Amino acid sequence: MQTENTKTNDKTALRVMTRDVDTRDRGGPRQPMLIIRGLKKHFQVSGKSLGQPKIVVKAVDGVDLEVGKGETLGIVGESGCGKSTTARLLMHLIEPDSGEILLDGETVGSMRGVDVRELRRSVQMVFQDSYASLNPRLTIEDTVAFGPRIGGLSRTEAKSRARSMLRMVGLAPELFAQRYPHELSGGQRQRVNIARALAVGPRVLILDEAVSALDKSVEAQVLNLLQELKKTLGLTYVFISHDLNVVQYISDRVVVMYLGQVVEAGPVERIYETPRHPYTAALLSSRPSMDPTKRITAPPLTGDPPNPINPPSGCRFRTRCPLAEDICARVAPALTAVDDPAHLAACHARVSGSGHSHASAAA
Amino acid sequence: MSDQAATFSGAIPDTVKTERSRSFWQAVFRRLSRDPLTMICAAILLAIVLIAIFAPWIAPNDPYKTSMVRRLKPPGTPGYWLGTDELGRDMLSRLIYGGRLSLFMGFTPVVVATFIGGTLGVIAGYAGGRINMAIMRLIDVFYAFPSVLLAVAISGALGAGIVNGLVSLILVFIPPIARVAESVTTQVRTQDFIEAARATGASGARIVTGHVLSNVVGPILIYASSLISVSIVIASGLSFLGLGVSPPLADWGLMLNTLRQSIYIAPVNAVLPGVMIFTTSMCFNLMSDGLRSAMDVKG
Amino acid sequence: MTNDQLHGASSGDAATSAPLVDVRDLSVRFVSRDMDVSVVNGVSFELREGEVLCLLGESGSGKSVTMRSLMRLLPHTAQLGGSVSIGGLDILGMPARQLSTIRGSLVSMIFQEPMTALDPVFTIGQQIVETVRCHEGCSRSDARRRALELLELVQIPSAARRLDAYPHELSGGLRQRAMIALALSCRPRVLLADEPTTALDATVQIQVLLLLRELQRELGMATIFVTHDLGVACEVADHVAVMYAGRFIETGAVGDVLNRPHHPYTVGLMRSTVHGGQRGTTLEPIPGAPPDLRSLSTGCAFAPRCGEARPPCLTAMPELVEAAPGQTARCIKYGAATTYAAAGTFQAAV
Repeated sequence: MQTENTKTNDKTALRVMTRDVDTRDRGGPRQPMLIIRGLKKHFQVSGKSLGQPKIVVKAVDGVDLEVGKGETLGIVGESGCGKSTTARLLMHLIEPDSGEILLDGETVGSMRGVDVRELRRSVQMVFQDSYASLNPRLTIEDTVAFGPRIGGLSRTEAKSRARSMLRMVGLAPELFAQRYPHELSGGQRQRVNIARALAVGPRVLILDEAVSALDKSVEAQVLNLLQELKKTLGLTYVFISHDLNVVQYISDRVVVMYLGQVVEAGPVERIYETPRHPYTAALLSSRPSMDPTKRITAPPLTGDPPNPINPPSGCRFRTRCPLAEDICARVAPALTAVDDPAHLAACHARVSGSGHSHASAAA
Repeated sequence: MSDQAATFSGAIPDTVKTERSRSFWQAVFRRLSRDPLTMICAAILLAIVLIAIFAPWIAPNDPYKTSMVRRLKPPGTPGYWLGTDELGRDMLSRLIYGGRLSLFMGFTPVVVATFIGGTLGVIAGYAGGRINMAIMRLIDVFYAFPSVLLAVAISGALGAGIVNGLVSLILVFIPPIARVAESVTTQVRTQDFIEAARATGASGARIVTGHVLSNVVGPILIYASSLISVSIVIASGLSFLGLGVSPPLADWGLMLNTLRQSIYIAPVNAVLPGVMIFTTSMCFNLMSDGLRSAMDVKG
Repeated sequence: MTNDQLHGASSGDAATSAPLVDVRDLSVRFVSRDMDVSVVNGVSFELREGEVLCLLGESGSGKSVTMRSLMRLLPHTAQLGGSVSIGGLDILGMPARQLSTIRGSLVSMIFQEPMTALDPVFTIGQQIVETVRCHEGCSRSDARRRALELLELVQIPSAARRLDAYPHELSGGLRQRAMIALALSCRPRVLLADEPTTALDATVQIQVLLLLRELQRELGMATIFVTHDLGVACEVADHVAVMYAGRFIETGAVGDVLNRPHHPYTVGLMRSTVHGGQRGTTLEPIPGAPPDLRSLSTGCAFAPRCGEARPPCLTAMPELVEAAPGQTARCIKYGAATTYAAAGTFQAAV
């Protein structure tokens, strides 16, 4: 890839990224782009020196995910559910404690698989804070050209690559290339961030709350741009957001996380129409009604999400769950297929024979 | 697709004019030039520096030529506009020549210490963990002593002389600069754009040169510029104690020392070197303040 | 805890029909050495006891500054114009010292970020007690009893224990409730809420919204709610005022404005707000970015982004006129003059 890049000029480098001539596909269309198995990351926040009590935040605690090629996977959840940590683990920006990541069927970091450099070339990320994620002292062009330079392109090649990337995200290079981040609006800055991520030629783009900080009118522009780029470049998206409406709009499949674990996963229509986990159901009905005559009268859930430092035993949602019973405190429910092999939920009430009083009715 | 692309590019209005955008440093200098106090200080400093550089052509008399007859003449004496010192040497010429040494002793240690301390601090800040521990604890040892005391102690150990004075001043200034560099770097390191750069697969060195330095150089320079005045004062202090420059060479500090005995006979003459030290260090301080507020802009 | 206890002071005035809040032609300019920006350009509205007005707008629309002007809670560089009267008091003409007596008791505010609005070194109880004593001069034990009542009022579980908690020991939702309790501690007649639920998680946001709605109804406060979220406005507001570039561009009852928006900007905002039904379609965003307030043209501020703009839109800022019964819009389309209809589109004109 590196030698290829140094030889080819900008136009062919761009074409490498389109679906028709994707020479990087190893596993074929049925092989998921990313597979994550048993991913764990615990942060020790205290107890590093003697005498302090040991406090561990279980940010990500056994997460399994699959992202199909060309798919958009939405990850939703509240703060502290581990969605952003999962994103950073996916890029190896932080090292996982355990678990494995497979990129196009090959284990990342193992002897026979792909290395972290290769992973970072294939997977890129757009952050929420459009301002903090751009170097304030570099021009837009230099920021976008940084990745290609690292990838081995010459200075002029990298610059022309940067310019074509800027054009692709809707920023005329002759107007914008020499500007600094503070001279752009939030939406324009986020376009630059997308251009920067795409300049490396990734196959997967992780969007970590990438449109959350934007104004609604601008958010729609960026969402349209993302849809368009996905089609043109054959990209795979991992779209992380707390905005359920946006996730519903853009995702093919949705994963719902709660306190470092996946509680429900499935096709977007199924999750939104027939949520099977009580948390998902509550999350969905917490959305404001958008109709003043049909206002919400009672909150679907009470209390805040618990602290990930000491998560409840058994099912982590049981402290706020309307269906909680004894079994939920004792046994942690596994992610199991409900109704449909593609629709998974981790709830005792949905699995027959689990010992939950709703379970027999559900089965 | 082409239709869509058209809307995208059309979607960007020109709220910002197509004027050439200024780089950060251009913006800083533009703001500095609008700050009258800073510009006055800069002008005074420029004059002092130019006078020091061209001392042989400007000084009216030989600064080392003594005369028993003309001792301690008051300012205004024809031919000796600022009077003479206790050995009958021309004060004006001595102040001009003394400025050379004082400025040299002010600048050089700070420049060298900025380079060394800045490097150490950036490395400690970016690497974090054990490397940070090792560097910063070592620096803390030096930091524990008051700077003047440390300079005196080192100079005393090394012996008098300009070079030893310089070395002691450099050692005194490395720790504070390294501290500032480390804290700024630590701040920058946690920003998303560093994370984004790491995500492109860039090496640590590449990220430091490409992204970290451009953001830490400014704050380090501001701090270093405020140290120049300190350096002049400490260097003068060393000379005053007889540890820096040795006679017959003189910087302002040594002049102050030798004229000390004459303070009751010719107070104005005795105070003149002090006035020079005060003016120069004040100007450096005010300049550094101006620089700080000029750099306090987004981007 | 009943209404009367909390609102004894104001219940007498409720009968009078004069508006509690009367803002006339408010303007705010930020002037300093390197800038001169007009952030609010002539905002007028009235608010009666028990009404909820929602200021809706995107970043930089001036909604937050408008609201803060009601308490003069603005940096020194701000220059205010027009008039603001609350409960008959002239806020803008009031000496600065007198302001502190009305802040908290007449007008109170809740912020987006409770962590920065609450003092980290005092417990929740201490902060409420201090505020109550400062304004009402009651004894410490009375103030503490009242603090407990307030925490119960905002539905904080095990309130007695939480009284002695520091802000950092509470979760985000509880912290926001504690701040609401603090804001209500001196029985304000006007409550200002600056995006109070934006930083909260979805399941907590709806709880706090419902709480605010309930408290407002129970205590009969006039409330001004600043938000960028149409859904939030839907849940709490009676009236909405949509702001753009420092002006109201559409006002009306919440149902009318959201169901039948008249101004092209409001129409665009509704279209670009994503909802599930749009899956698989291309969104219709408003093109461009919010205007740069430093260089506004003389015409309609929205014209550069407006799909319906015609040459007369660029000549003068249109007035806020009635577009439908009870609903106003600042658009030349609804004006009495027929210049808009007569003028050709840009394509035709060019």
